[in-house]
Amino acid sequence: MRIALFVTCFNDTLYPSTGRAVVRVLERLGHCVDFPQEQTCCGQMHFNTGYRSAALPLVRRFADTFAEYDAVVTPSASCAGMVRDNHPALAERYAPPALQQQIAELAPKVHEFTEFLTDVLGVTDVGAHFPHKVAYHPTCHSLRGLRLGDRPERLLRAVHGLELLHLRAPEECCGFGGTFAMKNADTSAAILADKTADVTATAPDVLCAADNSCLLQIGGGLSQQGSDVRTLHLAEILAATEGDPR
Amino acid sequence: MKDDHGLVWLGTPAFPQAARTALADTRLRANLKRATTTIRDKRLEAVAELDDWEQLRDAGAALKTRTLRHLDHHLERLEASVTAAGGTVHWAADATEANRIVADLVHAAGEREVVKVKSMATQEIGLNEALAEAGITAYETDLAELIVQLGDDRPSHILVPAIHRSRAEIREIFEREMGRWGRPAPDGLGDDPRALADAARLHLREKFLRAKVAVSGANFACADTGTVVVVESEGNGRMCLTLPATLITVMGIEKVVPTFADLEVFLQLLPRSSTGERMNPYTSMWTGTTPGDGPRDFHLVLLDNGRTATLRDTVGRQALACIRCSACLNVCPVYERTGGHAYGSVYPGPIGAVLTPQLVGAQHAASLPFASTLCGACYDACPVKINIPEVLAHLRAEVVEAKARDRRLPTPEALAMKAAAAVLASPGRLAAAQRAAALGGRLLARNGRIGRLPGPLRGWTDSRDTPQPPAETFRTWWRNNRKQP
Ligand code: SF4
Repeated sequence: MRIALFVTCFNDTLYPSTGRAVVRVLERLGHCVDFPQEQTCCGQMHFNTGYRSAALPLVRRFADTFAEYDAVVTPSASCAGMVRDNHPALAERYAPPALQQQIAELAPKVHEFTEFLTDVLGVTDVGAHFPHKVAYHPTCHSLRGLRLGDRPERLLRAVHGLELLHLRAPEECCGFGGTFAMKNADTSAAILADKTADVTATAPDVLCAADNSCLLQIGGGLSQQGSDVRTLHLAEILAATEGDPR
Repeated sequence: MKDDHGLVWLGTPAFPQAARTALADTRLRANLKRATTTIRDKRLEAVAELDDWEQLRDAGAALKTRTLRHLDHHLERLEASVTAAGGTVHWAADATEANRIVADLVHAAGEREVVKVKSMATQEIGLNEALAEAGITAYETDLAELIVQLGDDRPSHILVPAIHRSRAEIREIFEREMGRWGRPAPDGLGDDPRALADAARLHLREKFLRAKVAVSGANFACADTGTVVVVESEGNGRMCLTLPATLITVMGIEKVVPTFADLEVFLQLLPRSSTGERMNPYTSMWTGTTPGDGPRDFHLVLLDNGRTATLRDTVGRQALACIRCSACLNVCPVYERTGGHAYGSVYPGPIGAVLTPQLVGAQHAASLPFASTLCGACYDACPVKINIPEVLAHLRAEVVEAKARDRRLPTPEALAMKAAAAVLASPGRLAAAQRAAALGGRLLARNGRIGRLPGPLRGWTDSRDTPQPPAETFRTWWRNNRKQP
């Protein structure tokens, strides 16, 4: 199986350790992973902010970059959702038939990281060791977009030494919403305040999620409040071992 | 309060500013949180009782889609059935026309006051204000609408218009205002729900017994039989629908359902989604007029007011499937913090964010499609499966494109998006931008994090720190460590 990593522009720039963690886990499980250098961005920011025509070239670039792979793995539920749901819809409206076809064939091969591990590779125990108290925040895109269900928790429960804690209101949005956090900063901050209060009350060592964008928001709020709860992408927990802790 | 299109729509301030006022009101936020959390849990319980809930949702969505596709046909059938049953049908293209029709009918009946059943359509067209201009007083009889009317306030929720008010505030409004509208509040009025409801009952009773004309909305109207349906919780609606001699119903054209049998689906979906009840306490149905029973004169006003224009948009038209259950409001993280007034329209919350811009034109309500985190909770809750996030994204594009057409110079946001698109179009340019970000981040950060910043980033940095961008991107790491030569 030819596996490509779509690291996402956001992780590439701000959270490169998440991409490295994905590579480490997949290689530990005996798979080769490729990082096609032509990749940039799925166009989610442009699409969600109303700049459809600017998203279109990015959709095309994505389709060209990943066409030849059997599977594309990405450590971002929201980008996986963008590619799987919105790329075909955008193509149907604006792209020529050949590209439509190419995108329709590629979309189902794109997997969010935990989906790929559990559904495609069929593993729950990835051989990780992480002796800390961890709470999982299901981001809106993993919860309602991709319907990841309990896949992330299944993976976390199989981690050696890890104690899984539960948030009181896990399904509540963190208030990030991409450019929403800029355009409606006050409302976003009000929603965030309830989320950070929940995290603080749960008191894990680490809060994890399948989207670094939401963790940027929640971690940023926690940090400003002087909390010592760390935020970490789930892939980094799955990558941790006794010899290589996080 | 009305713009050219007639929808009661304030227009200004834009959502972010209006939200700021609401966010600062701690009492409002406490009222909202309590109310939405309670009703949310109740709804989940009521929905979980049915094994076929998903099939019901599918059936509801399919019925609505099919009906909207042949709306003209169903409306003509409705007109024929209502007429055959002794009613009169009027067609209103917009708010002004609808208001004029109603005022003329009241005058023709020789009356100067009407009792009203809670109705979104009449709020949308600003009927009470229009009637007042025509010398007619409209009395709201729904408890929550009464609170809003007496408080000279605006509704902030589709189903619970006074959701933003606490019991203590309601008691105060009753004591202060009831006397000016009719029977005053009893002495020593308490603020428990029972005392408040009793005060409202006494106040309203004299209106029911006196009124000759009633105005209602409609939840559904069946094309095959001409039956009009109103569902409610208090029974005040039923008083209006049965006691007065003349009944005038104002109904959005999208409320028609093809057959009486279709009610089976919607009367299950609606109460469970809206109040978390198995069945709503009062379901009133009437078909034209019946000698010796109920109103002697029945008028149905079919309101367009932007609906046919909405129907033309193949993505946006799904908003017309809405059965006004308000489930999407109660699960929305944005609505929960800001309340309904911030949306500047009689339709607040997620459905308001997609319906209002379509009814008045996207460029007039440009901030509303952006008043969402796209978390998708509304789509999950909607009993007729309106894909609200999809419509929001679609309308955002309409807003951006309308702005680009109307302005000679692009907005700062459009420039930024264009610049970002140019960067993201090439891996080389992206790498250069990442180097600049890492450098900039290093200059701004303290202990690896960036704190409060001035300028356009203030909104973000006021409440959140940002990690300093690492010196080595993933791309660079891969090239240095992993790439096969
Ligand atoms: S959009 Fe759906 S959930 Fe919202 S009020 Fe309408 S029917 Fe109810």
